[in-house]
Formats: sequence, C-alpha cells, structure tokens
Amino acid sequence: MFSFELLFEAALFGILLGCFYAAVSLGLSVAFGLLDVPYVAHPALLIVGAYFTYMLSGMGIDPLLAGLLLTPVFFLVGVLLYRFYYETFEKRGTDTGVRGLGFFFGIAFIIEVLLILGFGVDQRSVRASYIGSSLEIGEYRFPYRMLIAFGVALLLTLVLTLYFSKTFNGRAIKAVGQDEAALRLMGANPVKIKQLAFGIATAVNALAGAMLIIVGPVEPAMDRIYIGRTFCVVVLAGLGSMSGTLVAGLILGVVESVVLMTLGASWAPAVAFGLLLLMLGVRPQGLFGR
Amino acid sequence: MKFWLSCAVMTLVVFGLAMSGINEYLFFAGFVILQFIILATAWNILGGYAGYVNFGVPAFVAVGAYTAVVLFKAIQAPLIVQIIGGGILAGALGLGVGLLTLKLRGIFFSIATVAVVFILETVVMNWRYVGGATGLQLTRPSDVWIFDSYTRMLFFVMGLLAIGAIAIARYIQDSYLGQGLRAVRDSEEAAECSGVPTLKIKLIACTVSGALMGIAGAPMPMYLSYIEPTSTFNLSYSISALGMPIIGGTSHWLGPLIGAILLGTIQQVVTVTISSELNVLVVGVLLVLFVVLAPEGVLGLVKKWKQSSK
Repeated sequence: MFSFELLFEAALFGILLGCFYAAVSLGLSVAFGLLDVPYVAHPALLIVGAYFTYMLSGMGIDPLLAGLLLTPVFFLVGVLLYRFYYETFEKRGTDTGVRGLGFFFGIAFIIEVLLILGFGVDQRSVRASYIGSSLEIGEYRFPYRMLIAFGVALLLTLVLTLYFSKTFNGRAIKAVGQDEAALRLMGANPVKIKQLAFGIATAVNALAGAMLIIVGPVEPAMDRIYIGRTFCVVVLAGLGSMSGTLVAGLILGVVESVVLMTLGASWAPAVAFGLLLLMLGVRPQGLFGR
Repeated sequence: MKFWLSCAVMTLVVFGLAMSGINEYLFFAGFVILQFIILATAWNILGGYAGYVNFGVPAFVAVGAYTAVVLFKAIQAPLIVQIIGGGILAGALGLGVGLLTLKLRGIFFSIATVAVVFILETVVMNWRYVGGATGLQLTRPSDVWIFDSYTRMLFFVMGLLAIGAIAIARYIQDSYLGQGLRAVRDSEEAAECSGVPTLKIKLIACTVSGALMGIAGAPMPMYLSYIEPTSTFNLSYSISALGMPIIGGTSHWLGPLIGAILLGTIQQVVTVTISSELNVLVVGVLLVLFVVLAPEGVLGLVKKWKQSSK
C-alpha cells in the first residue's frame, strides 16, 4: 500500500494545490491580516466569483478570461463593501467586534442561499480545451487544469507581493495596517487607502474564483470549507505576511494532499481546520509573524 | 419574585399544552422553537455579555446529541441521563476551546469555533459506532411518563430546560460574573487593569454557554428518532443562534428570548409554506438589517419608543 513513489506524487500535487490555496487566501491576508477587518464573507465571494465565471463561460467565454473580466466588478464591490462597513461600524466606534462579525457572517449566508436559489445545490463545472487533459512527464501526469491554476496563482502572488513592497499605494496599504494615525499625519487618507486595499482583496476573488471552477466543480456550500482553508493559510503565514502566504499555502496543500492519499478523502476536510487550531494553540502569531 | 412567579406560570402553561388535545405537529414545531430559545440564550451568555462570538454552535449541539446517542446505544440510558451527559461533555468542549483561544483576540475564538465544527464532523463521519456518514436509526423507548406521546413529553422537557436556561442567564447577568463579562466587552484592558480576572470569567461563561448548547442538543436524536452528521453539524444553527440574540437585543436576557420566539416562529412558517433554504435567508437578511440599522435590537427599539412617547 504505502510507497514513497505515491508520497512523492501526493507532495507534487500538494505543491500545485498549495499555490492555488495561497492565491485564494491573498485577499483575506490583505483584508484581515493587514486591515484587521473580520472579513468572514471573503470565501463566500470566492464562490460567487466561481459561479459568475460559470455563467460567462456558458456564453462561450474562456473561464480565465471571464475571471479577468470580473476583476473590475469585484474591485468595485470590495470598495463599496468597505465604505459601508466603515460608515456603519468603524466610524461609530465601540463594539464593532460582535456586530462586525455578525454583519459579515450574515452576508456570507445570504450569498450562499442566493446561490442555492439561483443555481440549485448541484455541482457546476466549466469546459475549456485545457480541462480534462494532462501533461505527462516520464511516469508522472499533471492535469493541465492544475498547471494553469498553479501558474496563475504563482503569477498573482508575485505581482501582489511586488505591488505591496514597491509601489506607493501598496506601501501605504501596509502602513495603514501598522499605524493609521501616523499615516494621517503624513497627509494620506487612511479610509481611501483601506478602500483601495479592500477593493484589491475582493478583486483577487474574481480570478481565484475562476481558478476554483477550473480546478474542480463548485457548489454553493463550498464557502464553508474555504473559511477553514483561507483562515488557515492567513494565520499560518502570520497576519499580513505576503511571502508567508505562499509558504503557508504550500504547507496546507502538501499536508492536505498527503492526508488525502494516506487516510482517504473523508478525513481531508479536517486538515485545514486542524492545522488552524494547532497554530492558534501553539503559535498564534504564525510562522512569519512579528 | 415576579420572575420566579412567571417561571412557575410558564411551566404550568407548557405542561398544560403538552397534556392538551391540540395537533401533534404543533409540538414538533414548538420543540424547535424551544430549542432555539435555549441556544440563543446560551449564545448570549458569551456573545452578548462578553462580546466573544461563537460561530461553532452546531459543534456543541452535536456533542450533546451524539453523547445522548452513545449513552442510549451503550447502556439504554434514560433521557435525563442523556441530557446531563450531553451537557457535561459540551461544557468540557467549551472549556477546551476557551483554554485554547480565549487568550487571543475575539476573531480567533470565532474562527476556532468554526474549526471545531468541521473537525468533529469529520471524526463523526468516520465513527462507525454512531452510524458514520449514513447516520443511525433509533427506536424511542415506549415510556412516555404521563403524556400521550413521546413528542409531547419531549416538548415538556424542552420547555423546562428553556426556563432553566433563561433563569441561569438572568442569574449570570445580575451577578458579579455578568458585571465582569460586560467590563470585558467594553474594554478588556481596562477590566484586566481594574482587577477583573478576565480569562477566568470568560472561561466560566464559555463553559456554561457550551453546556447549555449541549443540553439543547441532547434530546434531538430521540426527537427525530434518527441522527446523521450533515444536518447535525449544519452551520445554520450558528446563524440562528447568533442572529436571534442580536435581533432581540444582546444586553438583557429578554433579548434572546424575544429574538428566538420571533424568528423561530417566522422560520417555522417559512419552512412549512415555502422552503427551508429561505428561512436561513430570512435570518441572514434580518441579522444584517438589525446590525446596521438597530444595533440594540428589538429591546433597543422598544426603549427608544418609550423614551420618545414620554
């Protein structure tokens, strides 16, 4: 039964998967890790991205292109959502904890039910020339859909990491997470910067959602397991650490894939949540946290 | 005094209803509403008083339910033993999760509770003794005490438990514990500096809250004569148990009661007339509306209305 060959294959697959998890978690890493907003509706919007991709792909548009086309729309949604959150909760001050969490949890459930009412509970998937076939190298087979997701995810992670470390706005976003008052003294408007950050965080969901439905079929209740996966990656990385996100995603991908191979599919959902609990108990500041 | 008198009256009302000849279905629906009264009240002890949001309500409900199943299957334990056992284990779970994450910021506690739901669900899915993923059929014992049917008896038991839960929440609210929890909610640092043992009182609240949720879940397998993980671990419990107190008002023990009766009734009507998906939507929409427009809930609206009419 057990062989190193299989383990190696599982690890390879885990790396492909892990890059995808990192890309999916990047938005949350910005919104929750940097800006401290309890954005539990983030995974639900990821599923919305996947379903919108499904709709556009039904009109004959390539799923990846569909994801790209959706990014500006999602950016706007993110901007408006933060603006609303700021006006109703952050501006009024006290007791944002319970109400902010309740707000985003409520939004997540509303999205899920609307998806069920709109598309039904059945699984949905997309068609494209690269879905279904595999690249064969020696005795290993890599499905193209995983390779595509891997490539896009890696590119996305690199672009965002560069954006946050090199550009003015990117650095401002990092700064607002560290010290809002100082940023205000420097003449920048923290609300506008946060709006931009939230827009980017949500826009990533459009592309990530497209990748999600390329990698495999989606269903409306999938956001629940992605609450575990995304928060696991963000906590594992250490709040707000961009490069840590990639490493954390890879760790989750490999562990999940190895568990899938050794213990079977029925144990896989517990991996992300188990890793998350372990981190919270042992090292809540994350692997790369300050 | 007034409170205890109304408790006694309510007990008599519940007993009278259970003995009366009205339609059996009403007890079926009433059981669910009573269960939500307990869950909302339990959630509020930690979430409302202290400001720590528990997203993992189904985990505690399921621990109660599955403890009951194991006790019933292994030693044919009577209902009361099942309920006590479920309460103890769910309380222990609350203590465990609390020890692990209540030292961290509130959001980490919330996420950890979601994690517990999925981990326990996965364990139960792979646990053959309690039926695994396919579930387990249970035969109700024929003993129904003095009632006409088992459902009626469960309705009465659930009514007693709900009254008990409310009495506990009321006691906590007025006690030193409640004052400390409110201090934690307003400013944890200030509370800690003033000598409030914040971690200790949070742990007590988390344990009591978890135990009550387990108690609410323990009669479920007998009520349905069936247990199955997917519906037992459904996160819809969380949205209801958190939505009801927030909609009713979290600062007073009356809030969760009002919210649970209001929403529970709407949910039952919607489930029967339209669909069960829609009742989650109703809670979600009302939750968001209240959080944005009426943060103090129904209680806050009543207070405002009273003040303006003076």
